[in-house]
Amino acid sequence: MRRRDFLVGCSAAAAPFFTPVVMAEGPWEARIVVIILRGAMDGLDVVRPIGDPDYGWLRPTLSQQEGEIPLGEFWAMHQALAPLRPLWDRGQLGFAHAVSTPYRDRRSHFDGQDMLEAGGNDLVGRPRGGWLNRLVSAVPNATSRTAFAIGREEMLILDGEAPVSSWSPEAGLSLSPQARRLLARVYEGDPLFEQASADAIAIADQVSLGSGESAMVEGVNSGTEHAGLARFAAERLREETRIASFSLSGWDTHNGQSRDMGRALGRLCDTILTLRAELGPLWDKTAVMCLTEFGRTAAENGSRGTDHGTGGAMIYAGGALKGGQVITDWPGLSEADLYAGRDLMPTRDVRAYAGWMLRQLTGLPTSVIESTLFPDLDLGADPKIVL
Amino acid sequence: MAIGDPEMAAIRFGLGLGPLAEWDVRPDDMLLRLVGRDAAAERWPIPTFSEARPTLAEQFQTTLDMNAARDAADEARIAELNALRQTYAEDMSTLYWESFRNTLARASLSRDGFRERLVEFWANHFTVRSENSRTRHLVTPFVEEAIRPRLTGRFADMLWAVTIHPMMLLYLDQVSSIGPNSRVGRASRRGLNENLARELLELHTMGPEGPYLQEDVRELAELLTGLNFRADRGFVFETLRVEPGSETVLGQVYPATADLENVLAVIMDLAHHPATARHVSRKLATYFISDTPPQAIIDQMATRFDETGGDLLAVYEAMLTHPLAWEAPRQKVKTPFGFVPSALRGLGIGEAFFDGAPRGVLRMGFERQLTVMGQDWQRPVGPDGFATLAHEWVTPQGMAGRINWAMTVPQTLVDDLPDPRSFVDVALGQGATEPVRFAARAAETRAEGIGLVLASAAFQRR
Repeated sequence: MRRRDFLVGCSAAAAPFFTPVVMAEGPWEARIVVIILRGAMDGLDVVRPIGDPDYGWLRPTLSQQEGEIPLGEFWAMHQALAPLRPLWDRGQLGFAHAVSTPYRDRRSHFDGQDMLEAGGNDLVGRPRGGWLNRLVSAVPNATSRTAFAIGREEMLILDGEAPVSSWSPEAGLSLSPQARRLLARVYEGDPLFEQASADAIAIADQVSLGSGESAMVEGVNSGTEHAGLARFAAERLREETRIASFSLSGWDTHNGQSRDMGRALGRLCDTILTLRAELGPLWDKTAVMCLTEFGRTAAENGSRGTDHGTGGAMIYAGGALKGGQVITDWPGLSEADLYAGRDLMPTRDVRAYAGWMLRQLTGLPTSVIESTLFPDLDLGADPKIVL
Repeated sequence: MAIGDPEMAAIRFGLGLGPLAEWDVRPDDMLLRLVGRDAAAERWPIPTFSEARPTLAEQFQTTLDMNAARDAADEARIAELNALRQTYAEDMSTLYWESFRNTLARASLSRDGFRERLVEFWANHFTVRSENSRTRHLVTPFVEEAIRPRLTGRFADMLWAVTIHPMMLLYLDQVSSIGPNSRVGRASRRGLNENLARELLELHTMGPEGPYLQEDVRELAELLTGLNFRADRGFVFETLRVEPGSETVLGQVYPATADLENVLAVIMDLAHHPATARHVSRKLATYFISDTPPQAIIDQMATRFDETGGDLLAVYEAMLTHPLAWEAPRQKVKTPFGFVPSALRGLGIGEAFFDGAPRGVLRMGFERQLTVMGQDWQRPVGPDGFATLAHEWVTPQGMAGRINWAMTVPQTLVDDLPDPRSFVDVALGQGATEPVRFAARAAETRAEGIGLVLASAAFQRR
């Protein structure tokens, strides 16, 4: 998105504006998909600690929803995740619980998301850009196609110095060769416009030449925007792209949580199943991480919802990962166990899970992850999520 | 660039250049027009929330009537009510599209451009979003009622009007916040919802850097517990929902009187806080002048804010009379909803187009295209509204949307596009650059020539 080398083969007016070039193979084979769940997903409702003695009274109505899926004695998965049950059974879906970023106390969506995507320890003096972008810059031979930010929304997580691409499946652009040359002229001297428009043209070309082969997925609402994001991501990942990121919103369940959570999880199921179907055999090399800015209050609020909290859950899926487990150092839910007397206590930094996954999937040394990707993070022990 | 340069006034503080209107605007004129008649609203009317039909009360009544009819198994009545609902649905859709069209028309044709820009700014500052079909037609009427008439008054008055407005009470969940120890709270076992309290501090007044803590958010939420909206009665203050006891917000104690005066007091205190003056001034300067506005302008504005008790007209004047507001390079990028009407203005699209614009054209030629450019009209992702910084809009996809619109839509709107060579001067004035002139000359078709001018950085920046 930001750098010249995306435009290999193009020179301003004389040559054809964009010449497709053979992109270098990505530096590793794994496909990494990071989905930002905007709005603060309630981890305690997604993966319910049904064996915890305090769970029921904290959540008098939310704990009584029908159809939840038991995951052993202690845990149950939200009923809306039923379509992912086969993935759980096959060990391709798992959770890390009681996790959070280092963000505390203010409980603002926007700051919380910035913190999650920037990857630092603090908002003040936070690292520039996002940690996925720093991952790209830490990898030799990365090209701008190595990573793709997908969808209409700005993705801070992929923003930064390293070349990345961004696109929304609904954009299209068809221009005459003369119009392309002249466009380059009218953006000369304004690097922001120059770069963005050149990238727009290049991506539009590539997308219009794309395979367009679309596997139908049974039970998936495939005409929707989120399925479109997943399809586009899979298309890119089948090519030279190795990292894709996009966001899903609708998690801010202040009231009527059971309805809104069901919808949001339905979209997440569609998204993951579309990725799996479209990636085909590559699914075995794929790791999907679903991260949210923070969790929600341990207790249900007055309107059958939950308010902004602290600790939450991470969802992960993919054939490259070891699922079928809820990984956690469970803090408990008694009043004394809660953070600030109200929220699930985070017992591990969610960046440690992301960091270990990246460590194993990309071969990047621990020191780079602890310094460049997530400055000052202590990765700790390997949770061994990668197969 | 001198203070009050007419072109700069039109481009930076107004709606852009064009062949139809007179653009000889000076800062004093801008402010005079702003306090004068609202001619654009008279010509392109949008009902206020109270006037807009169907109202929430009407829709609520239909639900009650339908329940009664179903209980009585009164088939004729049920059919009648279904027909009424159908009529409502059509009315809502009509109003939504009329509001879209009239907002577009105002932004394209008004001679009082600063007013339209300020409406956009404040509507974004106090973002509300419709989250179900019952209120989809009511977002513009909210702006028309709570914001547009208060552009030149005190900040505190606008803050109060939006805070107690049904659309805000609904959007930020105040309707479901109840004092847990209030009569209603104890009986229903329901409790607080902090959403409005948090956004009041973080977005509407002092900003995320403000000197407040989680305890302030909570105490403020407790103070706000009486604010409610009832579909049949509108805004109400309900003592039975108020959390008992006094509350302390930012060190100020508000007594346990459980009345609206108490809420008014805390909102006034927040509105007049120095951190609010700084946050609002910075945000205005960032919106109009630069992504990194000079501190001197912000200081001048914030000082006037403090001196005048938040008199917005004085704050705008402080901005417009600062030389740096005119000297800063053209760095801002128009939002999609700034770009598209400014293009229509440049093209001289007249009133007749808007009067006759069919819904299909509005949808396919405008609303959808704005979405691709990154601005889903009235549906920003969160209460922080749409982005304002250049790099947030100038992305590959955003540019695909802008270029595509510029190249393809104008030719569908007029029989004869202007000559691109003269259009350069009309649209860009002294901002015309040699590369844009060259492109306008060298384009293969008129449509491409116009598209190149409109897509150029010179036109996109202000």
